[in-house]
Amino acid sequence: MSDFTFWVIFSNLLLALRWTIALSLVAFVCGGAVGLLMLFARVSKIGWLEALTRGYIEFFQGTPLLMQLFLLFFGLALFGLEVSPWLAATLALTLWTSAFISEIWRGCVESISRGQWEASSSLAMTYIEQMRYVILPQALRIAVAPTVGFSVQVVKGTALASVIGFVELTKAGTMLNNATFRPFLVYSLVALMYFALCFPLSFFAKKLEGRLNAAR
Amino acid sequence: MPLVDIRDVRKSYGAVEVLKGVSLDIAQGDVAAIIGRSGSGKSTLLRCINGLETYQSGSICVDGVEVAGEKTNLRELRRNVGMVFQQFNLFPHLTAAQNVTLAPKVVNKTGETQAMDLAKEMLAKVGLSDKAGNYPSQLSGGQQQRVAIARALAMRPKVLLCDEITSALDPELVNEVLRVVERLAKEGITLILVTHEMRFARDVGTKLVFMHAGKAHEEGPPKALFDAPRTPELRQFIGAPA
Amino acid sequence: MTYKLQFGELLPYMGVLFEGLLFTVVLTLISTVAGVGLGIGGAAARTFGPPWAGRVFVIYVELIRNTPFIVQLFFIYFGLPALGLKLSESQAAFLAMTINLGAYSTEIIRAGVEAVPKGHIEAGVSLAMTKWEVFAHIILKQALQKIWPALSSQIIIVMLGSSVVSQISAEDLTYAANFVQSRNFRAFEAYFAVALAYLGLAIVMRAMLRGIGRLMFPGH
Repeated sequence: MSDFTFWVIFSNLLLALRWTIALSLVAFVCGGAVGLLMLFARVSKIGWLEALTRGYIEFFQGTPLLMQLFLLFFGLALFGLEVSPWLAATLALTLWTSAFISEIWRGCVESISRGQWEASSSLAMTYIEQMRYVILPQALRIAVAPTVGFSVQVVKGTALASVIGFVELTKAGTMLNNATFRPFLVYSLVALMYFALCFPLSFFAKKLEGRLNAAR
Repeated sequence: MPLVDIRDVRKSYGAVEVLKGVSLDIAQGDVAAIIGRSGSGKSTLLRCINGLETYQSGSICVDGVEVAGEKTNLRELRRNVGMVFQQFNLFPHLTAAQNVTLAPKVVNKTGETQAMDLAKEMLAKVGLSDKAGNYPSQLSGGQQQRVAIARALAMRPKVLLCDEITSALDPELVNEVLRVVERLAKEGITLILVTHEMRFARDVGTKLVFMHAGKAHEEGPPKALFDAPRTPELRQFIGAPA
Repeated sequence: MTYKLQFGELLPYMGVLFEGLLFTVVLTLISTVAGVGLGIGGAAARTFGPPWAGRVFVIYVELIRNTPFIVQLFFIYFGLPALGLKLSESQAAFLAMTINLGAYSTEIIRAGVEAVPKGHIEAGVSLAMTKWEVFAHIILKQALQKIWPALSSQIIIVMLGSSVVSQISAEDLTYAANFVQSRNFRAFEAYFAVALAYLGLAIVMRAMLRGIGRLMFPGH
């Protein structure tokens, strides 16, 4: 009986894990795309655009992700927009991810020395050309490790989608706990599955960071 | 009995033997200058004397206590052996006075007012009474090194080890540090200095030790050795005519 | 359908919201002190402690950093009673926050400790200090100074993350927002106002942490 329960819990959690992975991937890819736009706006040297992005980033970095989810899920519904948990979760995680990732990337861009900007502008390159051919290729190399590192935060962030009823790993855990009354077992397994997902990413990020430091 | 008694000390890093049987006596009140090429083992020898480095065989006794002895209390030993480093190693989060009083307060449990007096006395000794409240980053290299000397003296050590204490300084700052050391020498403090300042070694030292290939190759009174080196290695090192 | 924003509807609930804010502030304050204390101990154990203690902290840090806070919270609140440890909502929230911040600050402070030049340790040892005296008087403050900005950011992240404790019915600011919108059906207003309150709290905390940093590490 006990063995049977274990396998029911385990297999159901594994099924739900797919949704955690799917949500993470979508949020990471979309968040990265929006983040790139934010990055360009943030370093555009156009005053109002910079101020706007700064406000955007401040809001999404300075408020709880849970609050952002609630605003999108419950808040938008009041305006007549029908928002499913999946859509609200994707949207909130995308915006949240973009704010953090654009700041991480900005740090990488700004770590490229002034000399590189001066050298390329003395070669008569435009701002876009400087970015495209000189700055970004260098920044990209530095950005890989912290970006992989942040993907761990995205995976963990998807757990909050459970709160608005999206059935991913954490929500499945809550439901299975309600059905089996085995909280210790259920949440241990849930934690282990997140760990199995996140630890390789953390480890890989650390490896990359070490290699980059050694190369410099 | 010599204050510092070094007998046939050997030390290797893996396969590389740095000290190949060094023997040396340093008496109370000696000012011993250790010279030699880089890699000859001078700094390693100095660091062995206060237990910063361990050695594989031989013995080093300070005031009759074996440094590497099984029952030796290194903490007790280090109260008697002060050290000044090439890179100063001042604690950047503490003022000059706090740098001086930290160890007396922590190790010797000196009271606050007594510690203040101690800081005043020691900083005066190195001519920096006006810099008590300054942080290391606000001091010149020469001033930082003088604070480091005051810090070591505050423990009232029986012997002070100086490891190339002017090597990291700009040339114009070297003299202010050497003058402080000279004054200490005149006060009778036992000093062991690893140094590249040949003139200083000759004028202030009471004993010269030339380290070569992991051994105390030649030793004696500085003036005599500088004027008439006995071995070709020392002759070549100090650039004296053959 | 058009929806008219009416923030005035929040006014009758200001007391509830304020109590929630107070809970969040106190929760953050206590778990920050406890969590950073735990982090200092962890960093000391990892750099100067016996190997077994170092390993224990490595496992602890990796387990916490690679699982979501909400799962840690559920594990403590729902899972631990199975082992006979029954905690109230507030106790569980406090414990989860402390354990979470403790892991991150262990890692952050350890990085600071390792950045302290080896010469400073040798200088301390030469002055007859023991390795724990060297850690307490020479290394720790320098390490904290180096990593203070990173630690400050982490403390704010943990404060924002605390909104999750509403899910075990700990009566924090988010819990208050849920309560208000369930009464006046003004979800957007309630959540938006509370989001701004969190933002304000984050800004105030950042300024305060910077001020504390300046007080603790003068002269640089």
